Amino acid sequence: MYGNDGLLGEVEAAEEALRDAAGRRLSGGEGLEEYFIAVIEADQKIEPRDWMPDSYRKTLIRQIAQHAHSEIIGMQPEGNWISRAPSLKRKAILLAKVQDEAGHGLYLYAAAETLGVSRDELVQMLLEGRQKYSSIFNYPTLTWADVGAIGWLVDGAAIVNQVPLCRCSYGPYARAMIRICKEESFHQRQGYEILHTLAHGTDGQKAMAQDAVNRWWYPSLAMFGPPDADSTHSAQSMAWKIKRFSNDELRQRFVDMCVQQAEVLGLTLPDADLRWNEERKAYDYTQPDYDELKRVISGDGPCNRQRMAHRRRAHAEGAWVREAAAAYAKKRHAIV
Amino acid sequence: MRPRRGLSHGHVGSLRAPDAAMALRNARDLYTRRQEGVSIWVVPATAITASSPDEKDAFFDPAADKVYRHPTFYEVPDGVQHL
Repeated sequence: MYGNDGLLGEVEAAEEALRDAAGRRLSGGEGLEEYFIAVIEADQKIEPRDWMPDSYRKTLIRQIAQHAHSEIIGMQPEGNWISRAPSLKRKAILLAKVQDEAGHGLYLYAAAETLGVSRDELVQMLLEGRQKYSSIFNYPTLTWADVGAIGWLVDGAAIVNQVPLCRCSYGPYARAMIRICKEESFHQRQGYEILHTLAHGTDGQKAMAQDAVNRWWYPSLAMFGPPDADSTHSAQSMAWKIKRFSNDELRQRFVDMCVQQAEVLGLTLPDADLRWNEERKAYDYTQPDYDELKRVISGDGPCNRQRMAHRRRAHAEGAWVREAAAAYAKKRHAIV
Repeated sequence: MRPRRGLSHGHVGSLRAPDAAMALRNARDLYTRRQEGVSIWVVPATAITASSPDEKDAFFDPAADKVYRHPTFYEVPDGVQHL
């Protein structure tokens, strides 16, 4: 439905809509809750100090924190290849991309903090396993082609998920998502370029690219979450305009986008039943294994333990830096 | 942040830092990875005094009935130029 130009167009349209809505007059909205509903109905944004229902606040904290944690944990599978990137150019690009992921995590933690929770608390909840991150980062990056497949498929799926969030009813989240989506489009293109180069290289390189696509395709489809019928948070989030499309709608949109892109790569998607359905004007495709998704989310994927152990170690090993910076600031303060 | 010379500073986001010098460096790393700015100010959140959304009607009320502060309030006779 949107390719790369379409994507940035969508983000800009969301920004435009935000400005248009801000000028709209609200109808009704005398009491606190009525005002909250009127703001959402007018497609305006709820801001940090506005009254909001407790469950709206809780839903947002859970979702934004999970999103932030995903960006932070998401640095690991790609970071794995920084030292072994095939050229200095590829290395510099990958480094910039991983830095972006850290930046995205920080934008999102800042957005979550406007809801009255501190970043330290959120980090603690991640480290203790009380909050989750996206299941996709629990799969290993076995070859350099995986870095390409992550950029094309994983970032591609993330973009399809995230572009509608630029219109989310909570202001700080929507603004963070606009910023993130603008930066994210480079990620998807760099992945696509890696795969395109490999797919047009030697037979061995092409086979490596195909193998990476084969392994990342279904986990990427699973990123959109369980099918609508089993999705626990969806209906209320749609009513509050936190979420704009259902899991299955977004998954379909992603599949429809990828088919043509795979053709240009000269690679195949690993689904024998993938075919155009003229009646639905969309592709029929095989669903990912949702039992596997459940297992990976609940901690039993190929790399869950490794990812969490690495994060805990990095956090513990960085403690002296945080302490030294705080001590220095305190000392300077005492002198002044 | 000032995006370019000639434009005023605008708010771009928040961050955490132990002191002002670190805040400035963190802001550079976080908000100007693509040359988005030529100047950055950092202000501790505790130093900001803000109006409250609850009192917005009363607080901004004095301006509500003064449409004559806008040029569009005035009738311009036909034919008058450079006004």
